[in-house]
Amino acid sequence: MASTKMKIKKNKAGGHDVMVLAKHPMETGLRKDKKTGEKVPAHFIQTMDFALNGAIVAQANLGPGVSKNPLISISVTGGNAGDTVSVNWTDNKGESGNAEKTIK
Amino acid sequence: MKRRIFLKRSLATGTAAVAVGAGLLSPIRILAATWPEAAFTAKTEADALSAFFGSANAQESGDVTLKAPLQAENGAVVPIKIMTSLTDVEAIAVVVVKNPSPYTTSMQVVSAAAGGMYSARIKMGQTSPVNCYVKAGGKVYMTSQEIKVTVGGCGG
Repeated sequence: MASTKMKIKKNKAGGHDVMVLAKHPMETGLRKDKKTGEKVPAHFIQTMDFALNGAIVAQANLGPGVSKNPLISISVTGGNAGDTVSVNWTDNKGESGNAEKTIK
Repeated sequence: MKRRIFLKRSLATGTAAVAVGAGLLSPIRILAATWPEAAFTAKTEADALSAFFGSANAQESGDVTLKAPLQAENGAVVPIKIMTSLTDVEAIAVVVVKNPSPYTTSMQVVSAAAGGMYSARIKMGQTSPVNCYVKAGGKVYMTSQEIKVTVGGCGG
């Protein structure tokens, strides 16, 4: 369902900043549907695994307190041109998404 | 599943949480593959921190920088960025003190290839201090900033 985009930028420290934009509603479970008055069930991304050349380097933990369509970025030291960075997220309903890019 | 139950119990007793920190080298590395449910469901900041870091003690440090707006017009989208010059970063956590679930998001470093930067967009229900915690070299450092919110964004 969801599209996930990734951008990689060089940072000042000589590494790379990896920015991920995942399309996701990030429902808290507290919001009420205006028409029916019923609570909208919680639906949010829980984990986001960042991997460099297939080996996981960091994991972001997200909760309902993160805005919808989360934009998450981390930095990666190391990583040369040609290396692949990938991200894989899973939400509380078991849905998942991923994106992959090569460092230029 | 067993570990989760264990974590919940350790929260309840309060003393066992310390045992986790002392008995195992780093609770965070062990948690790395799972979602820290106990921290996310905790209703107070101290509970969340002891669930995530194994202790609620943190030292204020100038090496942790939080880049966030002083005033956020829309509480549903508040961009924040945490940077640290500390080495050997193990985890970064963000706590919005006055949110229904204060523990908002975190980043766990799994291998040394990840650096000391984490940014996200968070929801804030009302004006509140935002505390950022960085665990580096076994110690927890923190910095805080109050963000004013004009329109809350936590639903309900």
